[in-house]
Amino acid sequence: MSSPISAWSHASQERVQTILDSYPEPRSAIMPLLYIASLEHDRVSPEAMRQVAELTGVTPAQVASVASFYTMFKRDGVGEYLVSVCTSISCFLRGADDVLEVVEDATGARRGETSSDGTFTVEHVECIGSCGGAPAVQVNYELIEGVSTDNGRKLVAWLKDTKPQVVLADEMQQLFGGSRSFDWGGPEPEGAIAPVPAFGPYGSSGEGR
Amino acid sequence: MTDLILTARMTAHPADSHMIDRFVATGGYSALRKALTELTPEEVKDEVKASNMRGRGGAGFPTGVKWGFLAASEPRYLVVNGDESEPGTFNDRQLMERDPHQLVEGIAISSYALGIGHAFVYIRGEYPRSARRVQRAIEEAYAAGYLGDGILGTDFSLDVTVHLGGGAYICGEETALLNSLEGRRGEPRLKPPFPAVEGLYAKPTIVNNVESISNVPWIVNNSGTSYAAIGPERSAGTKMLSISGHINKPGNHEIIMGMTWRDMIYDLGGGIPDDRALKTWIPGGASAPWFVPEEHLDTILSIDDVAANGSMIGAGAVVVMDETTNVVAAAHRIVRFFAHESCGQCTPCREGTRWLEDVLKRILDGRGRPEDIDLLLDISDNISPGLSWPPAMTTICPLGPSAVSPVTSITRWFLPEIEAMIAGGGDSDG
Repeated sequence: MSSPISAWSHASQERVQTILDSYPEPRSAIMPLLYIASLEHDRVSPEAMRQVAELTGVTPAQVASVASFYTMFKRDGVGEYLVSVCTSISCFLRGADDVLEVVEDATGARRGETSSDGTFTVEHVECIGSCGGAPAVQVNYELIEGVSTDNGRKLVAWLKDTKPQVVLADEMQQLFGGSRSFDWGGPEPEGAIAPVPAFGPYGSSGEGR
Repeated sequence: MTDLILTARMTAHPADSHMIDRFVATGGYSALRKALTELTPEEVKDEVKASNMRGRGGAGFPTGVKWGFLAASEPRYLVVNGDESEPGTFNDRQLMERDPHQLVEGIAISSYALGIGHAFVYIRGEYPRSARRVQRAIEEAYAAGYLGDGILGTDFSLDVTVHLGGGAYICGEETALLNSLEGRRGEPRLKPPFPAVEGLYAKPTIVNNVESISNVPWIVNNSGTSYAAIGPERSAGTKMLSISGHINKPGNHEIIMGMTWRDMIYDLGGGIPDDRALKTWIPGGASAPWFVPEEHLDTILSIDDVAANGSMIGAGAVVVMDETTNVVAAAHRIVRFFAHESCGQCTPCREGTRWLEDVLKRILDGRGRPEDIDLLLDISDNISPGLSWPPAMTTICPLGPSAVSPVTSITRWFLPEIEAMIAGGGDSDG
């Protein structure tokens, strides 16, 4: 029987089996597999959902019902860098709306949109648990706390200029961050290779692809 | 101040408190060894029950009592709730990133006590660093024989799986979390049946918060009665508080409850920037009704005292707002959150939160009508009849009623300000 994911990278194919093995029921693997599939397809495409359905023994419609419930499964695709600006209450009180505006200006993408060259998608997000280091921004879910408007602008310029293959929270915090919710401890070598949370078992810079 | 429980290691060893070598060198996994070699599962459960620890995720139900409800059939599961998403809360994130082995040790001890062979840690998708550190701790623990088959030479075996969320606040509600972990939409289930009887895959399941489980190693090492002796009688132990907003020292603080709010804000929190006046604060996350200085500065910070004053400690998020705050804009921001995060199952929540958001927005935009205040309260009453505390519900879960809290807070404490905004044509900052 041919595998539905024979076109996926070897690393991704190996991860699929590990993930399926770590749950008592295969359906539980839908969310992790959607993350891996979106690395392979650059978004949660209909084809990605069909593959995940086949791997977990459910229908594509059931996978779609899951994918559409959660904001982090991007069915429409996003730019190389997903810039998420928190505008929930604590960040709002600390000036997050101004940070969002400078990020929109610097990227050329309004909230919910992707820049014309495909480099940036900008979104405003609800609380990302960084209230003690407000305002907070994530790039491909890697965090920067204490972001001033000035540094928000510089962050976007830096992403444009250097086009990092791997986005590292420690590096961005050092360059563009301010006060943090707490000492992060560190250093942390793993970072994001795509707009998907950098978590080793689902794929990240630390594991290759 | 007694010695800190949860943050002692990360305070003493900020660079490497998350690494197994540091953990073991500072007494880590000694509680697991003690539990497995000196105590029966029943004895461990008795210690946790004697601690009087109340669940740290927000509801405040005693953890030991919850454990007592676990049905006997097998398999059984432990699910650790690391889906911390309540606006203002970031203390579980610190516990997962700075002392993940403390959590893993708590998981292993709790699973031994409850006769569980497979535990899950559900971590919100926006916390990749938390997930990485917990995953690394799990891998280190397997390699060192603290997880896996035949732990520490006993016949107790345990597997632990980290599961990443997908960006949905509602998955912090335990039955929504279980649906999500099963690979479904994160929609809360009707209770009963409670998870302890029919939880993950309809099997008996205990769902506990990260902070609750992180306390278990200390309780086993020092006894439940020692834990119960810390702090006020019905708010035993320490509590992680997340402080944010207009405050000089934002961050997490591990406290012993029983202080006044005045001490919390002006001593622990360092007061308000530029000595501006305190206007209001949220004592327990976005879902909680607000406190005001005229009424509550000398209220005691304990689970029961805050509840008696019509609000809650919740997961421990304090959001401070100074005199410059536009309270309608702040309330709108919180209501918008709940409208965005409503799962859509229940009409009063799905429709009501959106109505509340729209009406607050039009007041901010200068299109408010005098009758909008009554309209806000009427919509609120449809979501949570009687507008009482704790809230009555017309919904499966408390998300809808949570959206009512900021609305009733501003109409109760800042009515003239809303009326003035409606009369004066709004405020462009919203």
